[in-house]
Amino acid sequence: MKKAAKTTVAERARWRGVLLLVGFALGGCALEGRILYLQLVDKDFLAEQADDRHIRTVQIPTHRGSLTDRYGEPLAVSTPVDSLYANPKELKSAVDRLGELAAALEQDDESLARRITSNPEREFVFLERRVTPAKAQRVLELGLPGVGTVREYRRYYPAGEVTGHVVGFTDVDDKGQEGLEAEFDHYLKGEPGSKRVMQNRRGQVFDDVELLRAARAGRDLRTSLDLRLQYLAYRELKAVVGDSGARWGSVVVLDPRTGEVLAMVNQPSQNPNADRSEYRAENYRNRAVTDIFEPGSSFKPLVMAAALESGAFGPRTPVDSSGAILVDNRIITEEGGDLGRVTLTTVLAKSSNVGSARVALTLEPRAISDVLTRFGIGRLTDSAFPGESLGLLTDPKRWRTVEQVTLSYGYGVAVTTLQLARAYGAIAADGMLRPVSLLALDEPPPGERVISADTAADLTTMLEAVVSNEGTGYRAAVRNYHVAGKTGTTRKAGVGGYHDDRHGAIFAGFAPATNPRLVVVVMIDEPQGAAYHGGDIAAPVFGNIVSGALRVLAVPPDALPAPATTVVARAQVRP
Amino acid sequence: MSKQLVEIVGVVMLAAAVVASGIWIVEVEHRSRQLFIETEAQNRELDRLQTDWGRLQIEQGMFATHSRIEPLVRQRSDFTVPSGDQLVVVVEPADPADPAD
Repeated sequence: MKKAAKTTVAERARWRGVLLLVGFALGGCALEGRILYLQLVDKDFLAEQADDRHIRTVQIPTHRGSLTDRYGEPLAVSTPVDSLYANPKELKSAVDRLGELAAALEQDDESLARRITSNPEREFVFLERRVTPAKAQRVLELGLPGVGTVREYRRYYPAGEVTGHVVGFTDVDDKGQEGLEAEFDHYLKGEPGSKRVMQNRRGQVFDDVELLRAARAGRDLRTSLDLRLQYLAYRELKAVVGDSGARWGSVVVLDPRTGEVLAMVNQPSQNPNADRSEYRAENYRNRAVTDIFEPGSSFKPLVMAAALESGAFGPRTPVDSSGAILVDNRIITEEGGDLGRVTLTTVLAKSSNVGSARVALTLEPRAISDVLTRFGIGRLTDSAFPGESLGLLTDPKRWRTVEQVTLSYGYGVAVTTLQLARAYGAIAADGMLRPVSLLALDEPPPGERVISADTAADLTTMLEAVVSNEGTGYRAAVRNYHVAGKTGTTRKAGVGGYHDDRHGAIFAGFAPATNPRLVVVVMIDEPQGAAYHGGDIAAPVFGNIVSGALRVLAVPPDALPAPATTVVARAQVRP
Repeated sequence: MSKQLVEIVGVVMLAAAVVASGIWIVEVEHRSRQLFIETEAQNRELDRLQTDWGRLQIEQGMFATHSRIEPLVRQRSDFTVPSGDQLVVVVEPADPADPAD
């Protein structure tokens, strides 16, 4: 009985097993069929799916840092701008519409078509870089495949030509080319990072896969410039160069306490925001740092420093400035007439060449050269500015008498405006030479001693006499302040000797003399017209810049007249 | 009987776990994509704000540029630099108690 029942159960159950097997078999066939279909018949589907999921390594871009003046006023700022690109591989499918594209881009039909079709395997070609948003919009609206925008940055210089020489500019790839933009390119740019991402066919990123290298952001750079003083110096220099028809001019304003460059301007100049094609090398050269000149009488104080340091001279030591000097077949006489026997101070105040020569001839060549080298003559400054000039100071061992004589009134030696400012800065800072800095400093550097504090004090007194009514620099005087400085007028050297009609006009000095805050050097090359002496054309520029700067910096006057309008206040509340 | 039950329950639970983990993967993937979209949106916002900041700095620089302001105040508001008798100097007497003097 049981045996019959089991068989029946087993028979009845068997169809479920068969059904299951058949079901699996059919399922398997269906899958296989689908696979065969996808591989052989509809190949594009899988290819598309693969295309839709690229893994690519992309760059993490960084924003270029800004350049600012010492108070944070922007001097160079990056703004984003769109650049149009095309993927020729995809664009070639719409080759009949290239005409529309050319029209929107305002480019020639043929050259555009050539660029797109010449290299069909390329995936990226710029259509036009740095376009206006309107133009980008027009092109994108065409809806052509493979056409898109990529973000680039454009540098804008708010202060324009006023800071153009110091700040410099970047090229089309946003890489610094001149000035501080070039010098600190790496610091400003930062380092782009990289990461792996998943992109779909249209280049849209839809997932981060892995960070390969973190980006280092670009950093802002605070320069030492004071934009107010920069503008003031620029305005004055532009006016005098324009009025006198000079070939070029430079002004440098230094803080002797720290060595920071508060202003550095040149003429000719140009606006760095203008189109690149309008750039002229002679306009964007930072001449205060690259162009050298013979300083003439403005060099005399440095040679006097050597005389004072030797101990043989003091401000009131009498010097024979009469007659002429005959040396190596050349006769040195006084331009303004015989002075006779005068003090060292008057030699400087009247800018006597004969007196300076006689003083220099009492010194050993080595002694003079050492002091000059310590002042930084013939040595690079620490500005690290690209293209800086070394200046020229010859080897004292090779000096004949004539070299020593001409050196005493500033010929046979060459300096840049910045070097001269640095040297005067040492006089202003009690004999301490501070390294020049184009970046804002938090802590003033200690500096190195060039001359003794006593020598510096004596020199300052003598230089104040130059700016008095008896001196050649009386037009550099500033009301209510003690000013110290020296004029310089040079004949320009040429092929056949020195020109009679081509001059350089220089004034170098500092103020207030009792506690110097500013060193200003003005250099004007080849002023045309009757006024070409340093005292006539450079000294007034100095005066205007210094009076404006001392007011802007709120420096208390140190040469107040008798207290007719002085009010004594009793402070009630301490701030 | 009990052993069989345990086995069946075990298999069912494992099967459920497999299904649940499958669903959980989908959920996590979805959430990941959403967070990514949010991150990208925030990055775009950061970008936009940086752009705005740069643009405002430039604008401020342009409007405040000395070569624009100076002629304006000289002509329109008749500003001049005071000099001579117009200057009044105020001298604070030194306070013996104040170390700054």
